[in-house]
Amino acid sequence: MTTLDSSKEIQKSNSEVNEKHEDFRMFGLVTFLIADGMTFAGFFAAYLTYKAVNPLPDGAIYELELPIPTLNTILLLVSSATFHKAGKALLKDKNGDSQKWLFFTASLGIIFLICQLFEYFHLPFGLTDNLFASTFYALTGFHGLHVTLGTLMILIIAWQSRVNGGRVTSQNMFPLEAVELYWHFVDGIWVVLFIILYLL
Amino acid sequence: MTISIDPQKTNNESLQPKGWLRYFSFSLDHKVIGIQYLVCGFLFYLIGGTLASAIRIELASPMSDFMPRDVYNQVLTLHGTIMIFLWIVPVVNGAFGNYLIPFYVGARDMAFPRLNAVAFWLIPPSGLMLVASYFVEGAAQAGWTAYPPLSITTPQSGQIIWIMSVLLLGGSSIFGGINFIATIIKLRRPGLKLMQLPMYCWAMLGTSILVVLSTPVLAGTLILLSFDIIANTGFFNPVLGGNVVVYQHLFWFYSHPAVYIMVLPAFGLVSEILPVHARKPLFGYTTMVFSIMGIVVLGLVVWAHHMFTSGTPPWMRLFFTIATAFIAVPTGIKFFNWVATLWGGKISINSAILFSCGFIINFVFGGITGVALAQVPFDIHVHDTYFVVAHFHYIVYGGTVFIIFSSIYHWFPKVTGKMLNEKLGILHFIITFIGFNLCFAPQHWLGLNGMPRRVAEYDPQFQFVNQISSLGALLMAISTIPFLINIFFSLRNGNDSGDNPWNALTPEWLTSSPPPVENWEGEAPLVEEPYGYGKQFSEQK
Ligand code: HEM
Ligand SMILES: [Cu+2]
Repeated sequence: MTTLDSSKEIQKSNSEVNEKHEDFRMFGLVTFLIADGMTFAGFFAAYLTYKAVNPLPDGAIYELELPIPTLNTILLLVSSATFHKAGKALLKDKNGDSQKWLFFTASLGIIFLICQLFEYFHLPFGLTDNLFASTFYALTGFHGLHVTLGTLMILIIAWQSRVNGGRVTSQNMFPLEAVELYWHFVDGIWVVLFIILYLL
Repeated sequence: MTISIDPQKTNNESLQPKGWLRYFSFSLDHKVIGIQYLVCGFLFYLIGGTLASAIRIELASPMSDFMPRDVYNQVLTLHGTIMIFLWIVPVVNGAFGNYLIPFYVGARDMAFPRLNAVAFWLIPPSGLMLVASYFVEGAAQAGWTAYPPLSITTPQSGQIIWIMSVLLLGGSSIFGGINFIATIIKLRRPGLKLMQLPMYCWAMLGTSILVVLSTPVLAGTLILLSFDIIANTGFFNPVLGGNVVVYQHLFWFYSHPAVYIMVLPAFGLVSEILPVHARKPLFGYTTMVFSIMGIVVLGLVVWAHHMFTSGTPPWMRLFFTIATAFIAVPTGIKFFNWVATLWGGKISINSAILFSCGFIINFVFGGITGVALAQVPFDIHVHDTYFVVAHFHYIVYGGTVFIIFSSIYHWFPKVTGKMLNEKLGILHFIITFIGFNLCFAPQHWLGLNGMPRRVAEYDPQFQFVNQISSLGALLMAISTIPFLINIFFSLRNGNDSGDNPWNALTPEWLTSSPPPVENWEGEAPLVEEPYGYGKQFSEQK
């Protein structure tokens, strides 16, 4: 797992300032994820309020199908585990293994997105049909955007952990740890979203 | 989002432009970025102030004769948006925060210098975009709150640009907040305890927590709003089943804390300025810290006091009234602590402390009308009248802007190594103080008697009082002249200030003026008692 403070020091030597201090980029990332989580919290709050105070007329109520989102939940949970594997492998300097796990994780992300698109095309309602439909697409779409970004970042660090001359190595774990934390975060949000949107 | 710091980068200081040119470059020095924030904010303040003058000229007569009604709404919207998102928020947070916080924690720069520069450079383009949106067809005219359905039914290209610009500014503010939190919590020099930090650090920590927790909610809201405009969804459109009150809840979940994002840093700054010029320790340091944190917590749970007329259920009204009234407690504590700091002090009368005292006076007034507004029956009576306008200008102008000027007078010698002219400064204060009160005090009366806000035409019975108000605005506009003359004259010909003209104890004064690139030659000093004036004073006797 990720640590809040990697104990190694970094030499911050941007163009003007030289200073040694511990590396707290992870701390900054956590703060950012709290902020990002608040965006979702706002969306969830809006959705729940709509559900409570703007009931839809009878004809406009849709039953959401569960199979695809359940599959998607499993995909994301598995991908969290495979990402963890990638980190472990890199730590043991097995860059090749690490890369494989990363590609595996990214594929899970891509399958997730494909399933989501598939779901979108088979739903009986579109973005502007009614309030529920709009909130549904806004929430899942915003989450899908996060998955897309995460997948891209995974591919980038996989590319950067090439065996020779790679930039992501056991000496420079930060990019991998950062993306891993982000990915766990996106998974966590999905679980909440799944419960609120599909199960409630 | 992380900005990685590349250890291999060579020290290419020689590539950075020197002299005033470096203020136009992508500098990573927190001092340069601080000045960039300040100057950029001030330029937008001049634009926003010009718009305010235009509004007041229009309101000097009951008819809509100076500009057409829709132009009035557009000017009003632009004025409010610029003043909040491009002047107050970037200056009290970005400018002073960037300049002072690294000194206060004993660091050579902010925690994430690159993120810092990115946060600043988001501002000029989005600000220009906002101003430019006025010239497209259908400029935004739904006020700075952009309430639907107005914002989704009026002509929309301007509104979309408005949303994009505010989103970017929100991003800038979040990046800044992350940076401040990391700097204050993590980057303190070894041996410096949290309870030894100057008060402005605490204020900025509280503010940044508010920024990180509430700004993203505004961003989400505006994204939904833009969907309503572009894609014809109905989140906030009652015609399509949406709910405007949900917008108000989400919007005020940000915008109530936003008033603390504007005023908490000012609380911090005034706590730095008063002890220096009163030669006394800051009274009640610990209570000050806890009241800041109390304000942060309470500030997050009172948003619906802006919505008493939106059909809120009675239990909600009760809860939000009580919670709002409670904020008066920590705020009152701070007020009494400032007065106690001044009490019996050896006060030297100069522009910095005059503006600070002006702040205290105006702020009491704005605070009292705020408590009054939290009472539902009274709020329903004056909602959307000039009483509200008067109340919040007492807070944002009488509070924050007064402190911005006070801080400029206080820290100008540090930043430039030159003294400002005190006579011009005091003249600036007197005109501003009279102009401000002349402009906004009468608006309480207008509101109580039912003059609605956001309209270009009004009942002729209000004309006389409106003209007094416009006269005050004219004085305020004039007051910038001595200020600008002072700045330009002193930059060229001001007396040398020396390193520590006020004999202050906070760390930024313990280095040369202006400070060197890395803040200190050698080790940063460890200041255990930033307000130990009493001791120093009695030792001198
Ligand atoms: C320079 C002196 C200023 C003058 C003379 C002035 C004057 C005015 C006037 C006449 C209005 C219209 C009120 C209405 O019809 O609702 C207004 C609105 C407003 N002002 Fe100012 N103002 C000044 C400075 C500021 C500052 C420093 C801020 C900083 C936050 C500010 C923020 C606002 C906001 C948020 C609105 C509401 C706009 C809206 O309703 O959309 N003003 N101002
Ligand atoms: Cu409020």
